Amino acid sequence: MINLFEVVETNEMITKENLDVRTITLGINLLDCIDSDLTRLNEKIYNKIYEAAKDLVKTGEEIAGEFGIPIVNKRISVTPIALVGGAACKTKEDFVSIARTLDKVAHQVGVNFIGGYSALVSKGMTKAEELLIRSIPQALSCTERVCSSVNLGSTRTGINMDGVRLMGQIIKQTAEETKEQDSLGCAKLVVFCNAPDDNPFMAGAFHGVTEADKIINVGVSGPGVVKNAVSKVKGENFEVLCETIKKTAFKVTRVGQLVAQEASKRLGVPFGIVDLSLAPTPAIGDSVADILCEMGLEYAGAPGTTAALALLNDQVKKGGVMASSYVGGLSGAFIPVSEDQGMIDAVEAGALTLEKLEAMTCVCSVGLDMIALPGDTKDTTISGIIADEMAIGMVNQKTTAVRVIPVIGKGVGESVEFGGLLGHAPIMPVNSFSCDGFVNRTGRIPAPIHSFKN
Amino acid sequence: MNRTIITVVGKDTVGIIARVCTYLADNKVNILDISQTIVQGYFNMMMIVDTNGMKKHFGEMAEELHRLGEDIGVDIKCQREEIFDKMHRI
Repeated sequence: MINLFEVVETNEMITKENLDVRTITLGINLLDCIDSDLTRLNEKIYNKIYEAAKDLVKTGEEIAGEFGIPIVNKRISVTPIALVGGAACKTKEDFVSIARTLDKVAHQVGVNFIGGYSALVSKGMTKAEELLIRSIPQALSCTERVCSSVNLGSTRTGINMDGVRLMGQIIKQTAEETKEQDSLGCAKLVVFCNAPDDNPFMAGAFHGVTEADKIINVGVSGPGVVKNAVSKVKGENFEVLCETIKKTAFKVTRVGQLVAQEASKRLGVPFGIVDLSLAPTPAIGDSVADILCEMGLEYAGAPGTTAALALLNDQVKKGGVMASSYVGGLSGAFIPVSEDQGMIDAVEAGALTLEKLEAMTCVCSVGLDMIALPGDTKDTTISGIIADEMAIGMVNQKTTAVRVIPVIGKGVGESVEFGGLLGHAPIMPVNSFSCDGFVNRTGRIPAPIHSFKN
Repeated sequence: MNRTIITVVGKDTVGIIARVCTYLADNKVNILDISQTIVQGYFNMMMIVDTNGMKKHFGEMAEELHRLGEDIGVDIKCQREEIFDKMHRI
């Protein structure tokens, strides 16, 4: 039987160390909404999402109340809209009308984000996919809750450099279109290499075409819990450190598994995966950078950071895998800058640069995330940054992503406030040497040799 | 059986257990186990209870116990047992 100390331990994780379930994300297939008539398509999309998700928020709140664990976000992911809208959308504005429908239904059912305004173009772009991508700046500026993602490469297909070049321009246009809100639109836009079909986290969530009609995916969190556990083994050897992280990750993930199963049962929707990510928030103590510091670094970004992060990422997976029946999504440690107070402190202290962050993305779960850049950063420079990150993902057979925010009208030394979970960030300097000649080549980078596993 | 864990944390005072138990008895909630310690003057109690006989909705009970706790000057939480079981047992 459970004893008092175990109960106190769990409740301290929740009340003092910010343990929470970060998101319950309901994935909804929209392929059966396809119609060549745009009005009918929008109606079908609205109705299908509304019917599937009308009880999502209420159910999430009930589960949170009964187990005493906060469930921070309730969200929806849908089939990439480029696939759904292809038959009906002949102009950018046609695609934007779908974004408005998604935003409307998100408000109606009470979710805070809806993901899937997406295109999967890792090898080539269809006409519809290109239209959707070109509509992103307008779609993100006229909606509040819609998130957009574009998959630009994979280990099996190589990198679509035409897509990479285009996305450099699209990110800058999105920044321009939302410059009144410090280019906030870019915080809702991410590009991927090796994007997973079952990611519950925004901005990159979409409901993959390999998925069932509806699915529940849950993202756990808990950097504060891991940090606290690591602080108790100061000076111990690596074996003790690793075991400590593993055990903690196990406990955190079990909570996610429980919530996922409950949500699945109550909503009558199959359970997909638990994403074992350490996802920081701007709250003090809820930081991945703080875990690295607790391991013995003065600041995130100091020499040794990549090794510490590699260790953390691996132990989180090892501990979490046994705690859940199905693990998926992005799973690992996120290293967003604006959403992590420890990262922000490291940037402000001069300890953490864009180049070091790039190195860290080789061993963390995703990529360059929530990084504010000077507003005058060139389109091609952003494309160059994306290409580098895609190459890391392609060659290392992992998911990588780029979510950077060129803040229009601001430069290095200034900072930007996005508010809420998106946090605030100092603007980071970017290497200003040109990569125009490289980025402006057309076509794609072939898949690497180790992709031929047949 | 629907087992719920009730935790009571706060400054020690006369009659905490009595008042919580009276509420539970009035609502036909059966107490299966109680453990309690006092650390540095702070009262720390856990009850394992069976809520099968209770007519109220879980949320209602949790809310009423929370208010009772405010009245006594302690923090009372109700959570279903599975969260602890899942976390601490394989």
